[in-house]
Amino acid sequence: MFDTITLGQYYQTDSLLHRLDPRVKLVGTFVYLISLFVVDSFVGYIAAALFLAAMIMLSNVPFRYIVRGMKTIVFLLLITVVFNLFLTPGEVIWHAGIFKITREGLTFAIKMAVRLSLLILGSSIMTLTTTPTQLTDALESLLRPLKKIHVPVHEIAMMMSIALRFIPILMEETDKIMKAQIARGADFESKNIVKKIKSMVPLLVPLFISAFRRANDLAMAMEARCYRGGEGRTKMKPLVYHGRDRVAYMVLLAFFAICILTRIFF
Amino acid sequence: MGIKIDDICFEYERGTAMQVTALDHISAEIPDNQFIGLIGHTGSGKSTLVQTLNGLLKPTSGHIYYNGEDISGEKFDKKKLRADVGLVFQYPEHQLFEIDVLTDVMFGPKNLGLSDAEAKKRALEALESVHMPEKYYKSSPFDLSGGQKRRAAIAGVLAMRPKILILDEPTAGLDPKGRDGILGMISDMKKNLNMTIILVSHSMDDVARYVDRIMVMGGGKLLYDDEPVKVFRHVQELENLGLAAPQITYIMKLLKEKGLDVSTDALTVEQAAAEIMAHRRELHV
Repeated sequence: MFDTITLGQYYQTDSLLHRLDPRVKLVGTFVYLISLFVVDSFVGYIAAALFLAAMIMLSNVPFRYIVRGMKTIVFLLLITVVFNLFLTPGEVIWHAGIFKITREGLTFAIKMAVRLSLLILGSSIMTLTTTPTQLTDALESLLRPLKKIHVPVHEIAMMMSIALRFIPILMEETDKIMKAQIARGADFESKNIVKKIKSMVPLLVPLFISAFRRANDLAMAMEARCYRGGEGRTKMKPLVYHGRDRVAYMVLLAFFAICILTRIFF
Repeated sequence: MGIKIDDICFEYERGTAMQVTALDHISAEIPDNQFIGLIGHTGSGKSTLVQTLNGLLKPTSGHIYYNGEDISGEKFDKKKLRADVGLVFQYPEHQLFEIDVLTDVMFGPKNLGLSDAEAKKRALEALESVHMPEKYYKSSPFDLSGGQKRRAAIAGVLAMRPKILILDEPTAGLDPKGRDGILGMISDMKKNLNMTIILVSHSMDDVARYVDRIMVMGGGKLLYDDEPVKVFRHVQELENLGLAAPQITYIMKLLKEKGLDVSTDALTVEQAAAEIMAHRRELHV
């Protein structure tokens, strides 16, 4: 029932990007997102797109798989484009009744569409090549300095990884309960909005109960294994930087420098 | 009339690298008023098969006919099919949601478009059939014990008055007493309510005592489809599938190997006892 959601779901394969330290990828994604707001010219966007294309090629993830995930956000993109297209004031180049398109609106709409697409593609490259566990490990490691000011870094990372871990389980559970209620004659395909909301009750109540039950069981299992938070806890796979990670940091730095240069010169 | 399964296949995640064949060219007929045991190891495809029977999953190839009509046909009324072919999932207690047991059981009949009075009448009948004590009718389903919850959930499907009732591992996760209770209840239902029951299980001991016919699945294929006695003669093949014959079959086989000339076809302890008693003269030799 949910096979269509591939946006940012980990894709199992072997590639340079998959082997890269998750901290590099996390930092890299942030740098990329910031650089998208730094660049503001045609040349800049080309540079950002080329960089992304190179990353996609390095990731070994089939391009079709990535694009299929983009389908879910087409609607969001369309809204952004339409609003910018019609609501930006400036020099009018086309109008019909109260609708008018301005030159500024057109360029702004295109820019926003490109920026948003690159933004989403860029961050999904990270999640496509990094497992949720690696990601939370990286986050914990990168945020460790905040522990000095009493931010519960380990707890935050643990909560994040549990939440991520439970997404597929709850999806499966939803599917199961849905089928069980359909077998009892429930109708989830009604077009009527009131009926549709009402039909969610037999789905949501059992789902919440099961989520609480699972949370309870997990808490019990963690206590039974003497889980006491991050103090003195070792890792099975500690994060270690390799040569390739240092090179990756330098590539990132170079890319960011190029972005700043395009901002200055174009 | 019943259900006719005609050469169906089913694959999960079709067209991706993770494609799994769950059903591999299955054909069978399920007549009215029969008690069938569907046996298979985890992942043998038995749960997938029963979901195709009431239209929850559509076979990737092949056809299923209910009373002669193709259930994937455009004009076919799926809602009617789901009322006629009742499916009780594994751990059915996870589907309970209403404020009290009676209202929860009424959910199915009301979805069929019946009046409150008629739905209530059917719910009360169903609750009686699953031996639910009357004092629980107005309790919250979440306050019941595991076994009682399961009875309430089974009643929820039974209240739709299915002609064919499929129970997917109805004894999973119950203690021996709860298991015997549920199996006894199902057997009573079979006697009192003129319908076909398909009992899905991985335990031969569960079904041997009750059913008229056993279908054994393995690796998505239907391997045996026969009377229990005949199926259990293939002990070795069943073991290779990760299944086992009923424990009593092993005892009788051992006795036979040790020189007591008993038949190994006994399915229950009672039958075995009678068979041994018939040969008791030899015991003194």
